[in-house]
Amino acid sequence: MAVRVEVGFRDGVRDPRGERVVREAREMARIHLQNVRTLSVYTVDVDLSPEELVRIASGPFTDPVIQEFSIGKPLPGRFDFILEVGFKPGVTDNVGRSAGEAVSQVIGRSLAEGEGVYSSIQYRVTGNLDERDARRLVSQVLANDLINRWEIIPWEGFDPEHLSRPEIPRVTISGGGKVSEVDLEGDAAHLMEISRSRLLALSLREMEAIQGYFRRLEVARRREDYGLGAAPTDVEVEALAQTWSEHCKHKIFNARIEYRDEKGGTERIDSLFKTFIVEATRLVRERQGERDICLSVFKDNAGVIRFNDSWNLVFKVETHNSPSALDPYGGALTGIVGVNRDPFGTGMGSSLLFNTDVFCFASPFYDRPLPPRIIHPRRIFEGVVEGVEHGGNKSGIPTVNGTVVFDDRFLGKPLVYCGTCGIMPSVIAGRLSHLKGARVGDRVVMVGGRIGKDGIHGATFSSEELHEGSPVTAVQIGDPITQKRMTDFLLEARDEGLYSSITDNGAGGLSSSVGEMARDTGGVVLDLDLAPLKYPGLDPWEILVSEAQERMTLSVPPENLERFMALSEKMGVESTDLGEFTDSGYFHIRFAGRTVGFLEMEFLHEGLPQMELVAEWDPAPSAEPGVLPLEDPGEVLLDLLGRLNICSKETIVRRYDHEVQGGSVVKPFTGAKDDGPSDAAVVRPILDSFEGVVVSNGIVPRYSDIDTYDMAANAVDEALRNFVAAGGDPSAAAALDNFCWCDPIQSEKTPDGAFKLAQLVRANRGLFDAVTAFGIPLISGKDSMKNDYLVGETRISIPPTLLVSVIGRIPDVRVAVTMDLKKEGNFLYLLGETSNELGGSEYYARIGCVGKNVPRVDFEGALKRYRAAHRAAREGLVRSCHDCSDGGLAVALSEMAFSGDVGAEVDLSAVPVRGSDLDDAALLFSESASRLLVEVEPGRAADFERLMVQDRWGRIGVCVARPHVLICRDRRELVRLSLDRMKESWQKTLREL
Amino acid sequence: MLARPKAIIITGNGTNCEREAAEACRLGGFEAFKVHISAILSGEVCLDDFHFLNLTGGFLDGDDLGSAMVQANRLTYAVVKGSGEKVREQLDRFIGKGRPILGVCNGFQLMVKMGLLPGMAGSGERVATLTFNDSGRFEDRWVDLLADPSSPCIFTRGMEKITLPVRHGEGKFVVRDEGILEGIESRKLAALRYVDPLTGLPTMEYPHNPNGSTGCIAGICSPSGLLFGLMPHPEAYLHRVNHPRWTRQSLPEEGGGVPFFKNACEYVRQALP
Repeated sequence: MAVRVEVGFRDGVRDPRGERVVREAREMARIHLQNVRTLSVYTVDVDLSPEELVRIASGPFTDPVIQEFSIGKPLPGRFDFILEVGFKPGVTDNVGRSAGEAVSQVIGRSLAEGEGVYSSIQYRVTGNLDERDARRLVSQVLANDLINRWEIIPWEGFDPEHLSRPEIPRVTISGGGKVSEVDLEGDAAHLMEISRSRLLALSLREMEAIQGYFRRLEVARRREDYGLGAAPTDVEVEALAQTWSEHCKHKIFNARIEYRDEKGGTERIDSLFKTFIVEATRLVRERQGERDICLSVFKDNAGVIRFNDSWNLVFKVETHNSPSALDPYGGALTGIVGVNRDPFGTGMGSSLLFNTDVFCFASPFYDRPLPPRIIHPRRIFEGVVEGVEHGGNKSGIPTVNGTVVFDDRFLGKPLVYCGTCGIMPSVIAGRLSHLKGARVGDRVVMVGGRIGKDGIHGATFSSEELHEGSPVTAVQIGDPITQKRMTDFLLEARDEGLYSSITDNGAGGLSSSVGEMARDTGGVVLDLDLAPLKYPGLDPWEILVSEAQERMTLSVPPENLERFMALSEKMGVESTDLGEFTDSGYFHIRFAGRTVGFLEMEFLHEGLPQMELVAEWDPAPSAEPGVLPLEDPGEVLLDLLGRLNICSKETIVRRYDHEVQGGSVVKPFTGAKDDGPSDAAVVRPILDSFEGVVVSNGIVPRYSDIDTYDMAANAVDEALRNFVAAGGDPSAAAALDNFCWCDPIQSEKTPDGAFKLAQLVRANRGLFDAVTAFGIPLISGKDSMKNDYLVGETRISIPPTLLVSVIGRIPDVRVAVTMDLKKEGNFLYLLGETSNELGGSEYYARIGCVGKNVPRVDFEGALKRYRAAHRAAREGLVRSCHDCSDGGLAVALSEMAFSGDVGAEVDLSAVPVRGSDLDDAALLFSESASRLLVEVEPGRAADFERLMVQDRWGRIGVCVARPHVLICRDRRELVRLSLDRMKESWQKTLREL
Repeated sequence: MLARPKAIIITGNGTNCEREAAEACRLGGFEAFKVHISAILSGEVCLDDFHFLNLTGGFLDGDDLGSAMVQANRLTYAVVKGSGEKVREQLDRFIGKGRPILGVCNGFQLMVKMGLLPGMAGSGERVATLTFNDSGRFEDRWVDLLADPSSPCIFTRGMEKITLPVRHGEGKFVVRDEGILEGIESRKLAALRYVDPLTGLPTMEYPHNPNGSTGCIAGICSPSGLLFGLMPHPEAYLHRVNHPRWTRQSLPEEGGGVPFFKNACEYVRQALP
């Protein structure tokens, strides 16, 4: 019989988890609590003797120095409310899983089928609150009704007996193993009804293509041989829908597009992906010839480049937006451990070196009424940060770089970009590591977690009604430890050369992973009934498309299978042989010996009809704001420093372990007090070598309001600029593109779809022009095309956003550069021209306008500058370097000064300008691209200037001992501020979060 | 005297710092072996064959029941396949032979929760623990530390002021009662304390004392000085480029974490047969 065990802190011991609830209740729900004590509750549903139970409760469950426990009855105490929050059936319960392991250690046996331990947290709350407040506290702070169940118990009438009765959130589904046919015969309305009701997300043309396939005579004949009727099974329809999903096939990026510009000119584009992305990389590689660093691009789970003769780097950035909107913690956690599996499943598999993360949120201080079903951005912020914190820290992967962008249009869909870089020896077990391939006869082996209803149909809200025992499928919670055990094991198996190919199970589950790998051999037989399940009752189609996490699929040559399985068992990881790769030409799916799916590989992968779309560039007229109010530039600067997009993100970043694995060289924060914002991260992957990896990001969605071409060009420029500022070599760099768009398909619900598609076309062109001019290949990428919120009449679309992540080499990390000013007396140089380009700037955003003059990138000039700057860094001439971005020169200079605790005095008349109409505001705050601010010792100035001879630069000032920033224009003083005041403005905005 | 003593770094179930710990052991003079816990449980590897044991940082079992709780339980109950010997017995034999153990961060938490530290009673009774930081948060930041020259700790010999990163959410050292703290102080077991960078004196001020540890204690050793646990990460500072201010300060090439491992190696060479 199940028993509840409560564990709480002893009286007088601080409870920081409770203190945090007090704080968050105030901030997120405006409920003022006096005190919150938290208890860990374990519902132990295991056959145990009373003596064993005591040993467990007092052993692994309780720390006797600070905690006490109670078995079968509540711990004593006085409170106003008890709020107890646990998980719904089927939701990943990591604490429960670990508790179950501890139990089995104590009793010396594995838990039996149906036995388990379930965790919940009990909050004992005192404060001035009524039952309505208590409900609000649960729903707005403590729980999420998609994944949690809870109970609210007031002190009035509290019955200890009630809390002694355990409730077990076990999944109870009856049946399972059912296969049904899907009758496709009928008209368009019938087909679309099937697509809708089964959540296939397929268009009419796609449904018709499937209908057409099953109508083919020879198809029907082959199916007969395997006992299948003419109509497809649900297994087949679901496999097709997964394989053909936007997520897997990138249908919009591969569509045929007719693009019309504002002057009526038209152009046809056959696939944005091929035209702009693949072609850009081809061109760059061709031009680089022998210097080409690409090894594997666009064909694997992540891109692979050469690091040196012995090592390869593997890099991928993913988004996890919709799940994070529904459950910020679980969504972000799943996002990070999910993207970890991409480099891990690339080539023969890489070990994971670092993570990067970039978030786009609405203001955490948003104070207008929220549309229905939207979680407050403050809570999104907290949940996402915590999810990434747990995902990265617990996996032992340092989070080295990232940023947060704020714009209230991210209210409906926050963007959560998670990136992971891996490293692998270039040769493993005698073979090139970046190549892989299943061979005929290899076994299909699934490794890691078990399969449940998790994530079936991805983030689509299930229309299935939820009943007491129904598992939650919409959102998932990642399990870093199960994944870590799996990767520990697989790296050993890799080095022993035990498998021929590996890929991850993400979107589309087995359908996707096995279907993809089977392309190597031209077929596969898969026995779904062999797949290990979290609980009984799943139908074959659910097993096939479940997106349950922490799983990889491998092809293991039969002669290695025994060794593979033995190693797996020894290391405590579950591996299951699910079938065989064949050359039959078919994706052959069986359940309990019976064929339940038989699809031509050719049709599965090539049968998808190409989408045809229309794009129309018809921008709203934009204008500069005209005469602006006269303001004190110093006050404006202080204000800008405190703006969300500029202010310090240290409170977030400190929560990430950014130096585990020992390779950290340039950390996220730098300077005299370790609190200045680094431009990029530098990591030393091989601890007895000084070669390094530099990684940086560029993202400027505000510029999309003027032109997405420039948005994209600036995103590339920003990423490369940051990369170079830290010392990266621009001739040994590669980039990843990651598009997050709002629905670009013209329809009744998206009347401006054609315009949004035109924005996408222009962004691709900007990306193409930038990376080809800079000579940095795109090696992998991702797109997420439906970042809209639409409920009732309310529609919120994100601004079109492109994240560009640059990765590359630094020949010796000892020449890396940080952004903090080092020493009084040193010269300050501004490299690059400043124009009147305040369009889309933070300066304009502050006064509520967009403007017209968006920064334009001069690619050739920028590249020359970046090469020269890198050379200067290599020669040790650069004491500090910082890029000018949000807030322009004034903000960059301030950050350098207060980070280094060294003052600066500059004269703007020395700033090289383009155009003649630059007022003070433009000189101070214009966000003109490709500019670097550099500190050089006077004794090295001549050498430095010689290297910059082909560039436009100005020696704008000097570092000074006085702790202030003084900015003049000729004799006119514009800004005089103490470092302390500037730093305080910059730090205070998010300090309390 | 041993020319190149052997260090073992136990991995698995969520350890994360094995790579740099192995490098640290190597720089200290050891031959370093990363060994997955499953190889100890299967009997393929035995602690008897090593001179120095590293319990390294990470998130053992996700710290799901509190830091290192599940691993402490596992090592208490686990039995080596074949021989039937308890892992705990193997560990006690290692300690009995006078071989040093270093627990860093999660490894320190593990040692405390197994009752190995402070180990004053010698009975394995738990009299101290590491709990949630007062800030309620995991944090990664570099802190200044001061070694106690009068401590019996063999790892901190010859050290004074050191700078190392802390990276934890549960690093606040607390004791069961005042008597325990008195015992720690009188026997000089608090080998390492958090100090204010300006005054150089032990501090309870956040963030210099990053977690609110009693007595400003960052690291603690057993009365023999051979078992040592600390929350800061010496293996994270192996070269000057690991230091957060290396681009602005002149620092020795060798990182401030290396001497811990050199001391261990020196001790093993001198003291072990």
